[in-house]
Amino acid sequence: MKKIISGNEAIALGFGDSGGVFASGYPGTPSTETLEEVARLGEVYCEWAPNEKVALESVIGASIAGGRALSTMKHVGVNVAADALLTLTYTGVNAGLILMVADDPGMHSSQNEQDSRNYAKFAKVPMLDPADSQEAYDMVRAGFEISEQFDTPLMLRTTTRISHAKGAVVPQQKITPQIGEWVKDVPKYVMLPNFGKLKHIEVEARLLKLQEFAETTPLNRIEMRDAELGIITSGVAYQHVREACPDASVLKLGMIHPLPERKIREFAGSVKRLVIVEEMDAIFEEQIRAMGIDVEIGKNKLPLCGEINADILRAALGGTGAVTPSPVAGLPQRPPVFCPSCAHRGLFTILSKLKVFVSGDIGCYTLGALPPMSAMHSVIDMGASISAAHGMAKVNAIAGRDEKPVAVIGDSTFFHSGMTGLMSMAYNGGNALVIIMDNRTTGMTGGQENPGTGKTLQGFPARQVEMVPLVKALGIDNVVELNAYDLKETEAAIKKGLATPGPYVLIDRNPCILRYKIRKPAMIVDQDKCTGCRACLKVACMALGLTATGEKQKVRVDPNVCNGCGVCKQMCKFDAMHELEGENNANL
Amino acid sequence: MQIFNIVIAGVGGQGVLMASKVLAESALASGMDVKQNEVHGMAQRGGSVISFVRIGDQVNSPVVMPGTADLLISFEPLEALRYIHYLKPGGRLVYNKVSINPSTVAAGLAVYPQDVEQQIAAACTNAQGIEALSIAREAGNGKAVNMVMVGTVMKDLPLKEEVITEVVKQLSQGKGVEVNLKALAGGAAA
Ligand SMILES: Cc1ncc(C[n+]2csc(CCOP(=O)(O)OP(=O)(O)O)c2C)c(N)n1
Ligand code: SF4
Ligand code: SF4
Ligand code: SF4
Repeated sequence: MKKIISGNEAIALGFGDSGGVFASGYPGTPSTETLEEVARLGEVYCEWAPNEKVALESVIGASIAGGRALSTMKHVGVNVAADALLTLTYTGVNAGLILMVADDPGMHSSQNEQDSRNYAKFAKVPMLDPADSQEAYDMVRAGFEISEQFDTPLMLRTTTRISHAKGAVVPQQKITPQIGEWVKDVPKYVMLPNFGKLKHIEVEARLLKLQEFAETTPLNRIEMRDAELGIITSGVAYQHVREACPDASVLKLGMIHPLPERKIREFAGSVKRLVIVEEMDAIFEEQIRAMGIDVEIGKNKLPLCGEINADILRAALGGTGAVTPSPVAGLPQRPPVFCPSCAHRGLFTILSKLKVFVSGDIGCYTLGALPPMSAMHSVIDMGASISAAHGMAKVNAIAGRDEKPVAVIGDSTFFHSGMTGLMSMAYNGGNALVIIMDNRTTGMTGGQENPGTGKTLQGFPARQVEMVPLVKALGIDNVVELNAYDLKETEAAIKKGLATPGPYVLIDRNPCILRYKIRKPAMIVDQDKCTGCRACLKVACMALGLTATGEKQKVRVDPNVCNGCGVCKQMCKFDAMHELEGENNANL
Repeated sequence: MQIFNIVIAGVGGQGVLMASKVLAESALASGMDVKQNEVHGMAQRGGSVISFVRIGDQVNSPVVMPGTADLLISFEPLEALRYIHYLKPGGRLVYNKVSINPSTVAAGLAVYPQDVEQQIAAACTNAQGIEALSIAREAGNGKAVNMVMVGTVMKDLPLKEEVITEVVKQLSQGKGVEVNLKALAGGAAA
């Protein structure tokens, strides 16, 4: 039956329908819903790993044991899993293995805009690039077949507009999973130099065979229309091409590594003007130019940064279409903020007040970097809060600067790659205050389970990692619990942590309001007592606002938005705030 | 048929995605091709959200370009103004009149423009503001604002009301069925 589903849901469905046996990944926008959907469908075993390297390695084991396996992650996740990937390409697979990676051109929800197609070249593995949900579904099956036929891991690459866009999908006949033998094969799976040398030769030969395959597979197709204009493209860019140039001839690549050189030559020879439309890096263009083929328009007219759309394309092709209307200027921005009542708000209210250097990490708490808090001063990659703070403290000591950095990290990020940094800090005699915001979920990506939540991806009860003993076991003596809703207590605890020499860890255990659906009665401001001093506005809660009229603007609380954490109330010196009687009716 | 472009805007947490899903499923149930797309990822409440639904015989791109929307549905007045340039000339706008402060306003760093509704009226001659929150509360739950909005635009869509009602029924659970159907009807009467 035809369904309307997102690219991520289509991959999940395709996995279940194509004999999938084991899936493991780590959440990351825009890839997250894929594994969530595998879990929801309930047919195939799946799990969240604490990080992408563990996920891919588990999937490698599953393939060696004979089960078709899928690993999912966002683009930067592949950096974490790259060590496994770049040797996995040598060992090859037993049962089919797909690494799904979701890129984020336009950086809707990412810290960088890296192009994962580089990894297919780097690892010398085949890569498929679906252009809609149906292709995403079909390419899982095709991907497993290619992986098994050529004894190679295969990368299935999406972008945000494929992962999150919904379109019609007609499923294929379901295949029942068949688990292969679990064989011991030392030269295949033990990458000692002597075996690895032989494997490298095989990898190069495999790439040539894959290139032959790319020449004939229907995954790469030529749509011959007007021979005046020929466009080589793939993925969502194909849809924009069809939108902007319905009459153009198109070589639509579904298998984007290795490239089908003969097919490209044939196509280039059959059209007058050749244009290459690809989002982000000039991966196709560099290879096609290296073939000695003339490209009229590529990155000379199309952007390297951000997404491509039909309007950008028309402009690059020299169209004289209507001028695109521009947005109304000067409107107040509406950036994301901590949810009303999130525990991160109390912490950042104090960090902002104390004006310390905060070495940050990736999670909801990264929003503490935005005004009015502006209390996060570096954010690199997951786990860097602690290790970077360690480096800062060492240089501060050498420079004779008597200032201790503060690292802020969430539970999921701590399990992902913060633990090793903390161990290093303890081992190497570091000197930073580390604050772990253990809200018992992976909040930023929508509230996924992790080793600290007591539940698995499939909803089964699980052994829960206890944060305090874990931190102590890593070599930290000073471990203190914190309640970030209590501003006085938080300020005192941070000051103490800063004044005590050596590593010092504070752990806040308040749960994520959104994930655990916590509701409290809303606040109300006594308009007679409010002086309009604006102290409460420093907590940056969207439930607060200034009254529109009156000679002196006062503060009011929107009862539809407030969730009653009481952090703003603690800022008020005039006792103007109290809880509203009755039930909270927060509508957000 | 020509492609019918819909843009749905609002604030994270208001149910924009559910409204998009209703429209997309209704199009599929009517035998049309459809692409629906929004960019999400940030879980937190309070950010600006925009979603596209494109309905037609064959739809390629999942993205609606500025100046081409037949219909803009906004769950908040400031967001209506923020995305009003997506409308094509003569396009239809339905918005919820209940405002929500952006964090920048809440923090006292920016001012919520007092003349949002006048600006909307000046930019779009085919605009209608509704009190979606009170209609939703009357239906039994303030969170049903999204269904109220869908109810109000039903007559503007190339889709049958019965199909939409049926899809809403199927996508709702338990008590939600009654509340959502009431909200839909309340929106339609607005
Ligand atoms: C290598 C890598 N993988 C995944 C992500 C996506 N991601 C961003 S924040 C985050 C986790 C946040 O969880 P946590 O640290 O518990 O903080 P919270 O959001 O709950 O406050 C993830 C998985 C990423 N940015 N980088
Ligand atoms: S999702 Fe959870 S952690 Fe993130 S801002 Fe909301 S309440 Fe805080
Ligand atoms: S208005 Fe105050 S009490 Fe309500 S959620 Fe915001 S900070 Fe908490
Ligand atoms: S801190 Fe108290 S007195 Fe000052 S603006 Fe806020 S509510 Fe009014």
